[in-house]
Amino acid sequence: MAKKDIEKELRDLQSKLDNLKSEISDNSDTALLPIIKQMEDNASTLKVELYRKITPGERIQLARHPNRPTTLDYINYLITDFVQLHGDRRFADDHAMVGGIGMFEGIPVTVIGTQKGKDTKDNIKRHFGMPHPEGYRKALRLMEQAEKFGRPIINFIDTAGAYPGLGAEERGQGEAIAYNLYKMSTLKTPVISIITGEGGSGGALALAVADKVFMLTNSIYSVISPEGCASILWKDSSKAMDAAQALKIDANNLLQMGIIDGIIEEPEGGAHQDYAGMAENIKNKLRSALEELSQYEIEHLLEARYAKFRKIGVFKEG
Amino acid sequence: MANLFIKCPECGTTHFNKILSKTLFVCPECGFHHKLTSMVRLKYTIDKGSFSEFDRKMRSMDPLNFPGYDDKLKNVIKQTGSYSAVIAGEAKIKGEPVVVMVMDTRFIMASMGSVVGEKIAKGFEYATEKKLPVVVFCASGGARMQEGILSLMQMAKTSAAVKRHSDAGLLYISVLTHPTTGGVTASFAYLGDIILAEPKALIGFAGPRVIEQTINQKLPEGFQRAEFLLEHGMLDQIVPREFMRDTLANLLKMHRVSILRNNKKFRIEQYGLK
Ligand SMILES: [Zn+2]
Repeated sequence: MAKKDIEKELRDLQSKLDNLKSEISDNSDTALLPIIKQMEDNASTLKVELYRKITPGERIQLARHPNRPTTLDYINYLITDFVQLHGDRRFADDHAMVGGIGMFEGIPVTVIGTQKGKDTKDNIKRHFGMPHPEGYRKALRLMEQAEKFGRPIINFIDTAGAYPGLGAEERGQGEAIAYNLYKMSTLKTPVISIITGEGGSGGALALAVADKVFMLTNSIYSVISPEGCASILWKDSSKAMDAAQALKIDANNLLQMGIIDGIIEEPEGGAHQDYAGMAENIKNKLRSALEELSQYEIEHLLEARYAKFRKIGVFKEG
Repeated sequence: MANLFIKCPECGTTHFNKILSKTLFVCPECGFHHKLTSMVRLKYTIDKGSFSEFDRKMRSMDPLNFPGYDDKLKNVIKQTGSYSAVIAGEAKIKGEPVVVMVMDTRFIMASMGSVVGEKIAKGFEYATEKKLPVVVFCASGGARMQEGILSLMQMAKTSAAVKRHSDAGLLYISVLTHPTTGGVTASFAYLGDIILAEPKALIGFAGPRVIEQTINQKLPEGFQRAEFLLEHGMLDQIVPREFMRDTLANLLKMHRVSILRNNKKFRIEQYGLK
């Protein structure tokens, strides 16, 4: 059964269940109980099937799911007293990048993330979550502010990539990304980055030079989109799924390759099925990472951050 | 605020002073945030009875013997009961200790001469020494022309004092109110760690009239207003007056812990991770 069929069946089953349950509470008809039990079993079997049999193509669909929680959703669940801060102090306020200060579990943190839109209008305003140079410069401004005040930084990443456009090039998209990588490598405060959906190339890495990089189960992180890869290498973008397989862009592969430090489990069916559950898993991972990072002197942290990226690469010495 | 009626410069409607004092001097028609005297601004912002003022009587000299300046000063002191265009002191905002400075446009358009420069620099120095955050409510027509080059130099002097405060790891929140222009924007007003503004405030280096004459064309609607500047990346947030005190208190609270921070080591225990 295809994933979308399972999803539909699950939804139908769920609504029948809800109806039955409300009837039961109305007239407490216990005869319905075994039926409900059976339906609940069916539902959980479907959920398991939906969850386990994920192909690379389906994973990409999940990573790009229109209802996938966004950075502002996670902030809503995880951060209190949030004050959103705007602008790069240079050119514009990029709505594809959001950030600010708030409290996480009782400590002040700076939170930054790429931001996809919730609907078409929102997506146009936010350039479908693809930042311009001013977005990366806003992010860096807030990260340097966090460094000044010794706040940990939490970055959420879900972007197809940096915005490809005229203005972006005129204002130095490449320079903006490069400068973030350069400055983040020595930021004197803990940095934790979480790839929540799409980790699209340099546009994602510009927020991911971090002490800890995590990925959600169904997120992807790649040097190029599978479509782009297929069309460049094989002149055929319909071979995107072959490319996805070949590029090894899923969390398990990237963990094995030492690119990321951990995987955050998604609720059954994907993050979009249960925002609160997803946020809870992220919260637990963030907590333990912050506790771990707080054991180190800043100098040690920076040494480890350098070593972490320094050692990546596979080669044979001549 | 002696007038019985106040006319809104934005929409032209006239309201009783008494009505406006109940809306924090925000126009009920169009939401325009009227100018406030520094004392009223303090009242809206800080904890009652928490203010201890610095250098209340510091006043301008007339170093260039500039025609008419001495009389102008005497008159404005008499009219406003203030000795300068800025009031500075130590206070608390919802219990958070802070050095707060407020500019007052009634005093020669809150232009910056030696006294404004001195009080601002001194306020930052005091805050640096006492490890306190600073909040400045900015408003200004620009440099005090009557003090010539001395006024220009106040930009360098205040900026240098802000830098020392920042290097000490301390927080500075700048609040831009209507209007903040000229040399004040080109110095301490735009040097905040966090820059807030009131809705529709006019903020800019060169005045709109000067720009129009120079480029010989009409300026677009909303040019140099807070909303325009937010879109152009120059402000962190626009905060309506009714939320200003809470916003400031929240930001101050979240930065308080950085003072406890051990410089070498990031330590969560000091924050108390829940
Ligand atoms: Zn009005």
